[in-house]
Amino acid sequence: MKRRVFVSRDACAIAVGANRVAAAIGEAASRAALDVEIVRTGSRGLYWLEPLVEVATRAGRVAYGPIAPGDVPGLFACGFLDGGRHLRAVGPTDSIPWLKRQTRLTFARCGITDPLSLDDYRAHAGTKGLSRALTLGSEEIVKEVARSGLRGRGGAGFPTGIKWNTAAEAGGDIKYVVCNADEGDSGTFADRMLMEGDPFLLIEGMTIAGLAIGATKGVIYCRSEYPHAIATMKAAIARAGDANLLGARIAGSQYNFDIEVVSGAGSYVCGEETALLESVEGKRGQVRAKPPLPAHAGLFGKPTVVNNVLTFAAAAWVLAEGADEYRALGYGRSRGTMPIQLAGNLKYPGLFETPFGVTLGELIDDVAGGTASGRAVRAVQAGGPLGAYFPRALFDTPYDYEAFTAKDGLIGHGGLVGFDDTVDMARQARFAMEFCALESCGKCTPCRLGSVRGMEVIDRIVQGENRAANATLLKELCETLKFGSLCALGGFTPYPVMSALNHFPEDFGLAREAVEV
Amino acid sequence: MTRRSEWSEDDAKRIIAAHAREGLFVVLTALNDAFGYLPKDAIGLVARALNLSRAEVHGVATFYHDFRENAPGRHVLKLCGAEACQSMGAETLAAQVTRELGIGFGETTPDEAITLERVYCLGLCACAPAALLDETPHARLDSNAISALIAGARE
Repeated sequence: MKRRVFVSRDACAIAVGANRVAAAIGEAASRAALDVEIVRTGSRGLYWLEPLVEVATRAGRVAYGPIAPGDVPGLFACGFLDGGRHLRAVGPTDSIPWLKRQTRLTFARCGITDPLSLDDYRAHAGTKGLSRALTLGSEEIVKEVARSGLRGRGGAGFPTGIKWNTAAEAGGDIKYVVCNADEGDSGTFADRMLMEGDPFLLIEGMTIAGLAIGATKGVIYCRSEYPHAIATMKAAIARAGDANLLGARIAGSQYNFDIEVVSGAGSYVCGEETALLESVEGKRGQVRAKPPLPAHAGLFGKPTVVNNVLTFAAAAWVLAEGADEYRALGYGRSRGTMPIQLAGNLKYPGLFETPFGVTLGELIDDVAGGTASGRAVRAVQAGGPLGAYFPRALFDTPYDYEAFTAKDGLIGHGGLVGFDDTVDMARQARFAMEFCALESCGKCTPCRLGSVRGMEVIDRIVQGENRAANATLLKELCETLKFGSLCALGGFTPYPVMSALNHFPEDFGLAREAVEV
Repeated sequence: MTRRSEWSEDDAKRIIAAHAREGLFVVLTALNDAFGYLPKDAIGLVARALNLSRAEVHGVATFYHDFRENAPGRHVLKLCGAEACQSMGAETLAAQVTRELGIGFGETTPDEAITLERVYCLGLCACAPAALLDETPHARLDSNAISALIAGARE
């Protein structure tokens, strides 16, 4: 009887030894003359258990993790192919509480299927959204996405339906669908995980967007730091083309749609949509002034929808299962689910997809289990390098675009990075300015020069030079960056800086009263 | 080890011709991938072939962190220095690596074995700290693991 064993091919699983584990299982099986098929899936997102090994049993998949190559003989000895008991056994995968607590819509297939098998994709409800979209037509697709309440998952949270409608109504024969896969925020990896673990879903979502706005050409701009994601997307696009899901007259319809993958070259600011468009056009990744909006004049001056990987993926789910199902979940004006990425110094890091509304404290203390180092959680940076540091006092904040904004923070692309009590928050604030200086495209003055001046001012505060006066200067500088920058790089760098200063003044050598406004 | 060729004007011209229709950025990426860097001579060749000014080509070539001005070593070690890795001790690790290699970020060891580069996020944040050695990702790095990685690359 053929046995099926599942090991992830996700870059993060490979980084902790998944390839060596898969090879060891293969060798052990052939030595014992056992008929074992090793399926390389995406990751379940339970990263503290990676490399995770799953086995298909009569009672469903049973999981073991984290597994080192040296554990493999022991796995065979304990009869893991029949779900045998082992020190690293974690039981039936579906019963793992961390996974069971989630509502996986966008990541429903990730970790379960072979990412490059269209048969697997179809067997797990793949292409259902595209089939429905083909029967609905442009106007109805846009209405459905608008009704779902879906907002851009890249960080800005702009209503996707409005964006698609703007591009659909724009005139012209040539339009583009651009996927922003330049996931540069530290603490985020959902785009990578989806591209590596369920690439056909992104293809499906982008194709639906193409039908919605009347575009025949799609571009995925993926950062060069993600070689595995780029290779998986290219392979998936080729297979989708062979199966007529891309190309001319897709799926037997009258529509044409093609996708091309463009690799970035290590620039963070190219994650900003207009800088990204400049880069795709082959230029320096410098931010454009808005208006015109990309929906009116985007790539090569043509109407363009630019959305994040997760937005396209969620749109495909909305078309497959319906807008009402999607909008039924969520909190306030944040509808549906968010794939939250728990990273850094946390005990149980990984991808946790859940409806909006869960509190920051639940995510950090209950789901992530506090720090990996075992020390107290001192701060959590939410939303990447441009996101605020939240102290424990704000852990009752519900995960929601507006609630985070009200606390001078942002949810951004959904990353949460935990820090224990050894963190120096003045150093984190300085790093935010340093990162802005390093990655600034140079087009606007507040970002290009303000970031360097910011580093200097923070240095002076830390060295004890006119602390109170320099703290005031830093605040004013942050105001200038916030309101005078062209894009979010300069505009949002004040979030980590000011949150560090306001919530952790003691790290700057300041009394709490000195910074309170 | 990444397969890279020695700089050759003839090879460069072939690469430029093969990608000319895809535009400047793709041409520069292809040259950087093939040789590991963009020598000064490449700027002029690209400018002539694409009918652009040298300034335009230089502007794009110097904007992106991936495009190197100098030839890298046989291996490139990109060590992540972003927040998630910082929270798990990336700075201590960086200090160890620069000490062991005897070079700073952006530099190459005298034996030309390793070029050390800073990178800000590899998307391996759930298993921090992380690094990329050529195209292979490594995570949950500690002092011993990074030493072993360096030793392996030097062989």
